[in-house]
Amino acid sequence: MNPDPKKSKVLPSNLPNSNGSSHPHSLFPDEVLEKVLSLIDSHKDRNSVSLVCKDWYNAERWTRSNLFIGNCYSVSPEIVARRFAKIKSVRLKGKPRFSDFNMLPRDWGANVHSWLVMFAKAYPFLEELRLKRMTVSDESMELLAKSFPQFRALSLSSCDGFTDDGLKAITTHCGNLTELDIQDSVTVDVGGGWLSCFPENFSSLEILNFSSLNSEVSFEALEKLVSRCRSLRVLKVNENITLDQLQRLLVHAPLLTELSTGSFLQELTPRQYEDIESAFGNSKNLQVLSGLWDATSFYLPVLYGACSGLTFLNLSDAVLQSGELAKLLAHCPNLRRLWVIDTVEDKGLEAVGSSCPLLEELRVFPVDPYDLDHRHGVTEMGFLAVSRGCRKLRYVLYFCRRMTNAAVVTIVQNCPDFTHFRLCIMNPRQPDFLTNEPMDEAFGAVAKNCTKLRRLSVSGLLTDTTFEYIGKYAKNLETLSVAFAGSSDRGMQCVLEGCPKLRKLEIRDCPFGNAALLSGLKKYEMMRSLWMSACNLTMKGCRLLAREMPRLNVEVIKDDGSDEIQADKVYVYRSVAGPRQDAPSVVLTL
Amino acid sequence: MAPPLITTTTISLLFSLHSFSSSLIPKTTPRIAQPLLRFSFLDFLGIFFSLKVESLMRTAVVSGGGGLNSIGSMSTLSSEEKSMVMSSEDSSSYPDEPELELGLGLSLGGGKAKPRPPPAKAAAAGSWDQYARILTAKDFPSMVSTKASSSSSSSSSSPAAKANNNNGSCGTKRTAEPSSPPGRSAVSQVVGWPPIRAYRMNSLVNHAKSPAMEESASAIDKSKGMNLVLDKTNYSSNRNHNVAKERGLVKTSLFIKVNMDGIPIGRKVDLSAHSCYDSLAHTLDHMFKLSAAVGATRSKAEEEVIMGGKRRPPILLDSSSDFVLTYEDKEGDWMLVGDVPWEMFLSSVRRLRIRRTAEVNGLGLMKGTGDS
Repeated sequence: MNPDPKKSKVLPSNLPNSNGSSHPHSLFPDEVLEKVLSLIDSHKDRNSVSLVCKDWYNAERWTRSNLFIGNCYSVSPEIVARRFAKIKSVRLKGKPRFSDFNMLPRDWGANVHSWLVMFAKAYPFLEELRLKRMTVSDESMELLAKSFPQFRALSLSSCDGFTDDGLKAITTHCGNLTELDIQDSVTVDVGGGWLSCFPENFSSLEILNFSSLNSEVSFEALEKLVSRCRSLRVLKVNENITLDQLQRLLVHAPLLTELSTGSFLQELTPRQYEDIESAFGNSKNLQVLSGLWDATSFYLPVLYGACSGLTFLNLSDAVLQSGELAKLLAHCPNLRRLWVIDTVEDKGLEAVGSSCPLLEELRVFPVDPYDLDHRHGVTEMGFLAVSRGCRKLRYVLYFCRRMTNAAVVTIVQNCPDFTHFRLCIMNPRQPDFLTNEPMDEAFGAVAKNCTKLRRLSVSGLLTDTTFEYIGKYAKNLETLSVAFAGSSDRGMQCVLEGCPKLRKLEIRDCPFGNAALLSGLKKYEMMRSLWMSACNLTMKGCRLLAREMPRLNVEVIKDDGSDEIQADKVYVYRSVAGPRQDAPSVVLTL
Repeated sequence: MAPPLITTTTISLLFSLHSFSSSLIPKTTPRIAQPLLRFSFLDFLGIFFSLKVESLMRTAVVSGGGGLNSIGSMSTLSSEEKSMVMSSEDSSSYPDEPELELGLGLSLGGGKAKPRPPPAKAAAAGSWDQYARILTAKDFPSMVSTKASSSSSSSSSSPAAKANNNNGSCGTKRTAEPSSPPGRSAVSQVVGWPPIRAYRMNSLVNHAKSPAMEESASAIDKSKGMNLVLDKTNYSSNRNHNVAKERGLVKTSLFIKVNMDGIPIGRKVDLSAHSCYDSLAHTLDHMFKLSAAVGATRSKAEEEVIMGGKRRPPILLDSSSDFVLTYEDKEGDWMLVGDVPWEMFLSSVRRLRIRRTAEVNGLGLMKGTGDS
């Protein structure tokens, strides 16, 4: 390690005395440095720290305990094991986001098993594992359950590949489990026997979420579990739990901060109704509420007693009308986040605007994505109403069939603090509803006014002008999702040239070709990934990219019946691990 | 002028031959050399009757084939239908006649009859990939993406994989593959749009309520008729399924609960992924591991060998086995599964229960022969 004499000249004079250090030339004793660094949690900060100099790189890698890998194929388990020594918690993400919409073949990859094998060897003291969009087999779960004696927390978001047997292994063997959180599982029928496998004296659970597993569990076992686990603060049950069963659970767990109910529709006697009402009334600590399947205006009032402290209300499984929503929101003055289904219509959103001044996040999901019943849903008027009443809005996800440029311009004037703006006009290439013009001005206004914008999803009829605006103004943009938009390669080029912080770019069904792809040659190594499907890319262009940039993995997914020239789905990501070995036959790595 | 009955068949045979040859549209095929004189009369008749046959066919197919008897045998008619289909494939301007399409589909037994979906969208889209949507050309003024979404399938949900059963007749050996069905000439398919997570899609489909149902449900709420609300919710998910089918759309999940005697934890099975009792029974067999419990008297290999010839019925439908499959219908009665046509079963079933034969006696269910 060559000392750098220049360093000592620029340092201020109030540095700690370096005489006690083990390296006479370094200015910080290692111990101090490591102590300071151990207080830094953010992985972005840690990555910056590790780039300062070799000393700091080493100090950082010895002290990192939380591992975050945004793309499991960007690095290999061996490389990770060589670099970091003391990992206690891991967050891994696998498939590209478009796998949520069935655009990837089933066996595309992102299997966690090879990671677990490495963790079992290198990090036997692993405590937490959080996976997103990965395949977890029962075998992997068994390995997990048996290899880590201090394992505490398992969180699976949008994962698949496991069954009841895998979960049984976890519940049987992980005696210190505090968290079992399964969100948005797409594995349909997992079986419910796992819940009954917790040992009799097991009581450490704090977080339990099985709301997306739709098999029945034994209520008896659940009730016993809840009454044993005195520290339980998050309980999210699935739809099979009835209202009166929920009441009994609530009685056992009055300290809950997050609750997802089961089915909210049941024939209750007046006595039972009172009981559930008072159970909710006693749940004074509730901050997050979801579930509420089949809730109707008759049963919603039982909730009112618990609503005063609510900060996040997730009604995305409850088909409500505007009046029901309005009445409910009147009891929720502290709401920060609200998810609803568009059956509440614009009228319901007006109620949101008037009842929730502190609202920061709104998501409106369509009840009828394919427009089979020709429902109205929400329009630009509802969005406007919310923007007038909720000036602190920073995150919006809005599915609608109708939008105008003027409305969006007004909305972002009302709410300039947007960090996430995801507008989905459900009919592809739909123009401004009133003027029939492209929606360029709308997204231009978003890019211009919302200087903190980090995530943007565009839709509607869009020309290259939109992308010129984005490239010019959206300087903090990190994630951009584009569908059915643009007129030429220029659109994509504007974005690639103009957005310095761009990390994830997802494009589908746009007229961008090889020229656009290759214009970002230098950029892709600074991004996490690029997805392009149903664009005008050819194999030739992709091969050229792969040749020029050896540290990018360029993967092409072939569709049935497509020719040898078109590249239907292209996934490009940076990697220090080289091309992956586990790709199925439909995925070509160039 | 009504042709005498005796000569009707001969005439029909002759003109069916004629209309077969004349309906082949490409004019390049040389006409069969025939003596001019003999054919001129039949020519005339042929043209007259072939026109009549076409129109009759259309009405007849819709009305279930009632009017066909007067014209000729079914076999000749089916060859005519086939020729109609062939000619329709050749010509690009196939008439948009929904009745004819449905008719072809049914009689050809197994073809997804090359649908040009009616403007009311997504004719068979939901049937093979519940996340695909057929949009007609008008939705895409410029670019159209024809994506066979074969490579994309929902992760492990069986509905998407098996949801090919638009015309659910048991005789059609339709393989349940997630790959794109052959001959699909859909105008355009948009997989993964709108971008809603698979989990939420599942959830939406399972809880589909019609607006009418919601309004009546809330009206009933006010009068506190809770029984009715409960029924209507169950009913509405079935009803939506049937309404959807009537329109030619299929919301492809109909999950119902299945319980088995002696097992406290129930499962759920998607009925719309099955087209007949056999496949349902096999699925339940696997789910509850009934073959294993009974001490499999035949191995899977054996089963496949027997396949071609006489097959023993699956355990649940075999009246001499230890298990009986029953279902609760809309009225709350418990019935034996297998007595009514599959479609009728689908519309009335609320939930299933596998009972041990010993406990079924005395329940008053209809039983076949072979009581144990």
